[in-house]
Amino acid sequence: MKLIKRIIRGILAHLDMPLFLIILALMGIGLLTVYSATASDGFWKLDKQLVNMALSMAVMLLVARTPPQTLMRFAVPLYALGVILLLGVALFGIVVNGSRRWISLGIVRIQPSEIMKIAMPLMLAWYFHKHESMLRAKHYAIASLILLVPIIFILKQPDLGTSLLIGAAGFFVIFLAGLPWKVIFGLGALAGAALPFAWTMLHDYQRRRVLTLLDPTSDPLGAGYHIIQSTIAIGSGGSLGKGWLKGSQTHLEFIPEKHTDFIFAVFAEEWGLLGNGILLILFTLLIGRGLMIAAAAPTMFSRLLAGSLTLVFFTYAFVNMGMVSGILPVVGVPLPFVSYGGTALVTLMLGIGILMSIHTHRMLVKK
Amino acid sequence: MGDFHHNEQEPERFRRRTLLAGMLVLLAFLILFGRFFYLQIIQHEYYATRAESNRISLVPIMPNRGNIVDRNGVIMARNYSAFTLEITPSKTLGLEETIDGLSEIIEIQLKDRRRFKRLLEESKNFESIPIRTRLTDAEVARFAAQRFRFPGVEVKARLFRQYPEGTLAAHAIGYISRINTKDAEMIEASGHTANYKGTEHIGKVGLEAHYEFELHGTAGHEQVEVDAGGRAVRVLSHTAPIPGNNLTLTLDTKLQAVAEQAFGGRRGSLTAIDPSNGAVLGLVSSPAFDPNLFVDGIRFDDWDELNNSPDKPMLNRAIYSTNPPGSTFKPLMALGALTTGKRAANQAIADPGFFNFGNRRFMDDKVGGHGSVDMHKSIVVSCNTYYYVLANDMGIENIARFMGDLGLGRRTEIDIPGEATGILPSAAWKQQRFKKREQQKWYAGETISVGIGQGYNAYSTLHMAHALANIVNYGQVFRPHLVHTITNPTTGEIRVVEPQPIRQIPLKPEHVEVIKRAMAGVVKEGTGSRAFAGAAYESGGKTGTAQVFGLKGGQKYVAGRVGERLRDHSWYIAFAPVDKPRLVVAVMVENGGFGAQSAAPIVRQVFDYYLTGKLPGGPAPEVDAPEGDGNTELLEEAHDEAH
Repeated sequence: MKLIKRIIRGILAHLDMPLFLIILALMGIGLLTVYSATASDGFWKLDKQLVNMALSMAVMLLVARTPPQTLMRFAVPLYALGVILLLGVALFGIVVNGSRRWISLGIVRIQPSEIMKIAMPLMLAWYFHKHESMLRAKHYAIASLILLVPIIFILKQPDLGTSLLIGAAGFFVIFLAGLPWKVIFGLGALAGAALPFAWTMLHDYQRRRVLTLLDPTSDPLGAGYHIIQSTIAIGSGGSLGKGWLKGSQTHLEFIPEKHTDFIFAVFAEEWGLLGNGILLILFTLLIGRGLMIAAAAPTMFSRLLAGSLTLVFFTYAFVNMGMVSGILPVVGVPLPFVSYGGTALVTLMLGIGILMSIHTHRMLVKK
Repeated sequence: MGDFHHNEQEPERFRRRTLLAGMLVLLAFLILFGRFFYLQIIQHEYYATRAESNRISLVPIMPNRGNIVDRNGVIMARNYSAFTLEITPSKTLGLEETIDGLSEIIEIQLKDRRRFKRLLEESKNFESIPIRTRLTDAEVARFAAQRFRFPGVEVKARLFRQYPEGTLAAHAIGYISRINTKDAEMIEASGHTANYKGTEHIGKVGLEAHYEFELHGTAGHEQVEVDAGGRAVRVLSHTAPIPGNNLTLTLDTKLQAVAEQAFGGRRGSLTAIDPSNGAVLGLVSSPAFDPNLFVDGIRFDDWDELNNSPDKPMLNRAIYSTNPPGSTFKPLMALGALTTGKRAANQAIADPGFFNFGNRRFMDDKVGGHGSVDMHKSIVVSCNTYYYVLANDMGIENIARFMGDLGLGRRTEIDIPGEATGILPSAAWKQQRFKKREQQKWYAGETISVGIGQGYNAYSTLHMAHALANIVNYGQVFRPHLVHTITNPTTGEIRVVEPQPIRQIPLKPEHVEVIKRAMAGVVKEGTGSRAFAGAAYESGGKTGTAQVFGLKGGQKYVAGRVGERLRDHSWYIAFAPVDKPRLVVAVMVENGGFGAQSAAPIVRQVFDYYLTGKLPGGPAPEVDAPEGDGNTELLEEAHDEAH
């Protein structure tokens, strides 16, 4: 009895209740929507998603118990491992659907870019933390280099969605670390000028996505089909939605990738503007709580890490809902905590675990 | 770069930037919410409609095509249900692999593949195309067990058109085949597009084509909920199709069979008409084809064979193939002479065996001539000289006007498509026909050869049967027709194609009697007597020979000397019984020699069957040619003059 009590107390000690409840709500929405989206294929995906959730929850709890100082020790090795594996992908990667994203490590196949999603903010936060007392221009330059090397690898795979997320994670760290505004605007202007060159660097399918975004009707049966069908789903949902399990766009298979990247269209069709509002509020609360944790964090490392991870959650949510509702190009980004899929969920919950760890260990550090 | 050194302010700056980031997050979410508001509230109506039209699909249901039966109820065209294996190319993973895989469980021959390729080229990508038709139950079961291996492949129960009598009356019945671009344009032009949405076949030839819109019926439709793949999920509403109308023909399949058999594979045509109402009882074009070959897309080698055969089985000779009628034209000329008052029946000429015109001499085929020849004798012995003189006296304009009245040189408006107008020569016709001035002039010498049914004259057996029917009917003209009644199978309502006389030719009954008696004389004692020896009824007829091969002046035409394809065409026109004609027949046998030789014996078998019920034992025999029919050499001279 005592042992169980101790375990429960141990768990609760490192659990951030507000964050945990928000995540539970989002996952609940995810389960309902995955159930609706996969009703026609039998419910084995739902079972698998429950397993994914349990597994990622365990990961979250494990990480939450790990003090930030320990996490900091993983920064360099994890980043180095990620870069090496990305190099391996570039050299010996497995091509799936025209992209070289996977590498086989004998028994398991892994996607090293997924590691980078955590390793990047960890590494940069560690780097800035280490040079906290005397940050100079060169540190920002080196930080940028740390950011750009893996991004280039991932862009080459090609994987626009993941490079966007990792790029955002790194940028948020550098931004929060105090990159001067004139540099930010200067780089912004430079990026604007470089856009035409970037355009020529893009793959055909990536260019098509951008063009299709500007005018989805130009290719209604090809690349525009996804966007057209998902906007129809959202729009036809109306204010209160068609009701759970009653979305015709969903159940007649008009929505592509309906349980993964386009799950938001399913949700919006069945729950309407009301549901969308609730979802937006949940994400706002999640991000608000994350930023509060960041603001209250005692060390530069934990501040930067918490802030960056939180803003990455925002990036996920914004890019996903933006693309499904047709205001951003289609990039492969899932809706966090809602979309079906184990890997992404584990990565996200790892991030939540880090946030919880930072928050529940803050007093210990102060002491 | 002083900005980089305010480390003591770091937490404060971090908080400011975090706050800023939080504001940006809120802003971004507000933009998203604005977008949702726009889509779900402002544009809701529009997207709701789009979702509905996505969801609901109107699936046409093909109506049953009407049946075709002959006058005695013998089924000529019907539908039967069979299983087909169909592939929707756009839904397969790979067309070649799919077909290869299918051929492991269901027999797919090279022919099937070839036909599939041809249909594929003609079709749109999202249509399903049959790879195999008429699957056996065992094949259906084998496929059903493995269908998961073949996305885009389905077994469908389809109605097939079937022509149980095969080649019998194939040209009259016609056939249906898959709708091509030209048909689709026709459907659109006639405003039937909506009704043909689910229809894959259309009548191409014969009655199937002429009565397409009667036979087709009205398509029904189902409102079905479909998924993105176009598969029907459930039926929301159902409107049943209305089957097409059934046709009952005037055609008598027994008579038709007797007539076809009488040809014994020889090339030619026959038209048999009931003169009292224009009903077509037999319409033969020999050789024929099997319309069943076309129904599910004709196989390449079958098509090749039909198309490249020198016998041209696809040609409907009865309505399209026109030739000079030869001496069968003479009774018509004689009636024209009586009607225009150019001759009296008893007026006789002395036939020296030739007729001099200018510096040309037109020869009779009997050396020394027939002696004194009146109108009756001119027909019985087929005297050329009588008609040379007559044609010259009448003039081409009178001939053309009278023959036009009889129905020659124009379409009879029979109810199958593809009829030829034929050529009724006249000065006006020649002017129109030729471009060069010197060719446009009509020469009086040309009139003389027209008088014996040669020259530019060209008519089908339908023309000749129609004209003769008009004569024995005392000038009352009926439109030749193959359909007797059109029945609506739903209401049981029957529409009779009422045989209304469409016009009256001003003929005097006593003149018609002269011609009928003379034609009866041909059978009794003239050129038709051998073919009709011992007949149990009295019939009237006239033999004719149309020249194919031009002999040089002075050469005598000997059938054995010229190649089979260069032999003369053999004609016979007839009616029976003489008193009250029930049937008029015109026959032309290509390269059949003299009219009495090949054509008359065919008519004998048809009359025997129709009037006495006697069925012949086999094809009509060739009868030794009696004299008095050939006029080949003379025609050659007439041609010389004409050019």
